[in-house]
Amino acid sequence: MEHIAHDETSFVRPAEVGEMELYHPKTWLGKYVFSQDAKTIAIQYAGTAIAIGMVALVLSWLMRLQLAWPNTFTFIDPAYYLQAVTMHGMIMVVYLLTALFLGGFGNYLIPLMVGARDMVFPWLNMISFWVYFMAVLLLAASFFVGGGSTGAGWTLYPPQAILPGTPGSEAGILLMLASLAVFIIGFTMGGLNYVVTILQARTRGMTLMRMPLTVWGIFVATVLALFAFPALFVSAIMMALDILLGTSFFMPAIMTMGTESEHVGGNPLLFQHLFWFFGHPEVYIVALPAFGIVSDLISVHARKNIFGYRMMVWAIVIIGALSFVVWAHHMYVSGMNPYFGFFFATTTLIIAVPTALKVYNWVLTLWQGNIHLTVPMLFSIAFLLFFINGGMTGLFLGNATVSMPLSDTLFVVAHFHMVMAVAPVMVVCGAIYHWYPKITGRWYHEGMARFHFWVTFVGSYLVFLPMHYLGIMGVPRRYFEITGTSFLPDSAQSVNASITIAALVVGFAQLVFIFNLVVSSFNGRKAPGNPWNATTLEWQTAHTPPEHGNFGDELPCVYRWAYDYSVPGAEDDFIPQNVPPRDRQAEVTP
Amino acid sequence: MFAAIILLVLVLGTVVFHYLSPWYFTPIASNWAKMDDTVTLTFVVTGLGFVLVNAFIAYCIIKFRNKEGRRAKYEPESIKLETWLTGLTTVGVAALLAPGLVIWGEVVTPPDDAVEIEVLARQWNWSYRLPGEDGQLGAVAVSHTSEDNPLGIDPSDPFGQDDIIVYDPVLHLQLGQPVTFLLRSTDVLHNFTVPQFRVKMDFVPGQVSYIWAEPEVEGSYDLLCEELCGVGHYAMRGRVVVDNDAQYAAWIADQPTFADTQAGLNTDLVAGQASYAVCSSCHGANAEGNKAMHAPRLAGMDAEYMKRQLRHFKRGVRGAHQDDTWGRTMAPMAMMLADGSAINNVVAYIDTLSGQSEFDGDASYNLSAAVERYAPSASGDPNKSAALYQSTCAMCHGASGEGVWTVNAPNLTGLDDWYLASQIKNFRDGVRGRHSDDLYGLQMGLVSNTMTDDQSIEDMVAYIMTLESNKEEPVTLAQQR
Repeated sequence: MEHIAHDETSFVRPAEVGEMELYHPKTWLGKYVFSQDAKTIAIQYAGTAIAIGMVALVLSWLMRLQLAWPNTFTFIDPAYYLQAVTMHGMIMVVYLLTALFLGGFGNYLIPLMVGARDMVFPWLNMISFWVYFMAVLLLAASFFVGGGSTGAGWTLYPPQAILPGTPGSEAGILLMLASLAVFIIGFTMGGLNYVVTILQARTRGMTLMRMPLTVWGIFVATVLALFAFPALFVSAIMMALDILLGTSFFMPAIMTMGTESEHVGGNPLLFQHLFWFFGHPEVYIVALPAFGIVSDLISVHARKNIFGYRMMVWAIVIIGALSFVVWAHHMYVSGMNPYFGFFFATTTLIIAVPTALKVYNWVLTLWQGNIHLTVPMLFSIAFLLFFINGGMTGLFLGNATVSMPLSDTLFVVAHFHMVMAVAPVMVVCGAIYHWYPKITGRWYHEGMARFHFWVTFVGSYLVFLPMHYLGIMGVPRRYFEITGTSFLPDSAQSVNASITIAALVVGFAQLVFIFNLVVSSFNGRKAPGNPWNATTLEWQTAHTPPEHGNFGDELPCVYRWAYDYSVPGAEDDFIPQNVPPRDRQAEVTP
Repeated sequence: MFAAIILLVLVLGTVVFHYLSPWYFTPIASNWAKMDDTVTLTFVVTGLGFVLVNAFIAYCIIKFRNKEGRRAKYEPESIKLETWLTGLTTVGVAALLAPGLVIWGEVVTPPDDAVEIEVLARQWNWSYRLPGEDGQLGAVAVSHTSEDNPLGIDPSDPFGQDDIIVYDPVLHLQLGQPVTFLLRSTDVLHNFTVPQFRVKMDFVPGQVSYIWAEPEVEGSYDLLCEELCGVGHYAMRGRVVVDNDAQYAAWIADQPTFADTQAGLNTDLVAGQASYAVCSSCHGANAEGNKAMHAPRLAGMDAEYMKRQLRHFKRGVRGAHQDDTWGRTMAPMAMMLADGSAINNVVAYIDTLSGQSEFDGDASYNLSAAVERYAPSASGDPNKSAALYQSTCAMCHGASGEGVWTVNAPNLTGLDDWYLASQIKNFRDGVRGRHSDDLYGLQMGLVSNTMTDDQSIEDMVAYIMTLESNKEEPVTLAQQR
């Protein structure tokens, strides 16, 4: 292919809006606690998310202990087990991954990558974090109330979620619903901020089609979240009304524990439709930022432009749009009209096409690259393995017929952990290592990072690959134990035990990760401003870590796309976005 | 290089694991073999994609690894290549989707010759209803549901009178006869899964969902609930037995109609008293029980529970295990009750008994050598088991041990501590409740697994003895009414 200067231009329109006045904190509290600087808020988000995520990690160990050695750890009874399952799922999906990708990476990277001084509504941004923090506290409080946290499963399906046969039906479920509602309020403040910042505060020359894919991923994910979360918000409110006021949105006439309930005429499937109208886009709210970030990691560390940038952008947009018309593939055996299966199987398998295209383009970016096997690159490759594996099993579960024997088994659990738990977490780890030198100004400890990588990579695969086969054998999910069946061989129990051992090892490796992050921020080697020789704007800041206002006296001006790596004829193997084309360099460079 | 090798090892290991591990679908027993075929097809297509793409990644890592002087090729995009890849993927996806949609069409359309069987699921048990001679199921409503009419059939609907009632977790099916299962729940979501049938579907309270299958292999299969339905979810087990024509005819002839069950409510106390004469030698004239004979107190025991246990003893479902010494003693006694109405009569009579002991300070208590295994629970600490009772046992037996009829859980009050302890141990150790037709026994077995040592059983019994309704003088159900 002949050399084309990809979207490089010497013409940059003059700024339409003048420099905005930044808010400057006057007190310690204003600078570090109620900070309005997106970078500080990002770290607050990430720290809170990782902290509550560690709780969810410990809950997963408890679950695994029971499954591997049933009834050995006697403090885990069936109710406790269901509570652990529920809280693990909800924390990981909403309070860890959503908050970390959008609140954490979004806050840190959006202003820096689009060349803005900060988010457009810094005060709202600060409030957004504290509302999120309150949601986490509400959620954590439910561990301590009478009856404990809810054990309804993270999907919170009524009528079960609010009836006495389910643990936490006293206060736990109400706290969960309240926490979700508060989370969504906080997220909406943050989300509007991200969207408006991306649309309105890009620096001169940063056209939409020059934005790094990280920003595209976070942008589309935020738009999805702004459309999807209201569905969860209203279902949380409606369920709370069913509990508190005795309304019957989701409650038909039923008999529970020998007595007839007061409810009449409601529909439990209505909740499922609302929940998955949120729940499916939620998968992509987690996945799209991961897609974006991993594109940039692969490109930087393979010293090669991302292959097919325009297709990658459109794939993100198309996947985002399609994610709103596939929700009922979670409901093939829910008792909804089974004829819906034709429509949702078709839309679901269509979504596989743009997704596969993204995989091809990541792989083709490696092709003829100059691959540096740095820690971020290793995590990116691990992401590819997990994502391809989980994507393939998605073709089983998306196709109504193929999905039916596998529904509600551990195959489903293995699938979604591969594709939306481990795969995004690989990106989270890779991204943290990638931006660590910029955020802290220091290097992480390389040995510990590699140890963390290998244990997490191989260990997670050993956790989730065999789990598929338990599901194929017919082991249902959310079972406290599986003895007493006539079709499961005893060896199923040994599979469970091996999974648990792998899970414990992977879990402890995360402690090394966190130790490394904390300790290296004090005594790691000093890192230069652009250690990876990357092109995007966050690496071109005057200071590392970037100071308040990000870019010093003058905002950068963007002349090219984010992927000018190994451009033929250029001296270095990268050209930052703010470097003007050769014909103007003379007049710009003093 | 190392990374590429590990990646290849994981990918090839996946393929090897798939083919060599013994873990795969349980052998199919229904007409849905084509569903398995779609799974196989999907495995082949996605497996190829998985191996090829990952092998390509490994190749790139080896071939294009950074070394001195290497420079990547600058290649923003290739519309031609991307179009080709998109086209190929579309073809592959269509090849998976098309057969899936065709078979889905069959899944949603039961054949004309399918018979309808209603499955009623509720926390945490199964029962069934078959249309009678009129071929129609009668109307049902939650408001008709009661202990005497557990399926909630409308008594005024003539179509309901001849409906066949299977108030038991075991359902028999006729080999080769397609069945549409009409799924009804009266409390929460449940799910109907027989792994060997492949198809499954949720129950939604307030509506009736359906799924159909044609059993093609004789045998006995587990029925599982696969939609989270509360604490007892994992223990909600049923059984589907596929019979040949003769076996099925014998089974169906044995099942009562709705009209039969309602007629059975009229009992003959005189006949019951006559039958009880045999029982009284162990259980006592006033049904007060006798520890030495290991005969539990029957006064105040849940009536439905007693009927079910008598049926189980009669059919060898209980009292057949070689270690169940006392159950084996009871089984032949139950054989003396000729049929369902004899059982109803004797239970009705027991319901009238006071349970007061005839001899105070019964000397026979000293004969306890034979029951040493069942040490009294004086050593139990109720505080240690309160949490487990309330989080788990109370879900079925009630917060104060009063029993909940919809879950078929008897009351625990008024029972002797030694009897409770011995039965919990029997459940846990598989001495009781392991017969394939005793699904409630299995449920108790699973739950009692949480009490791993004998001390925790003692603790549990001690707690049950402190329950509010246990502190009062037990009253018979007849007195309550």
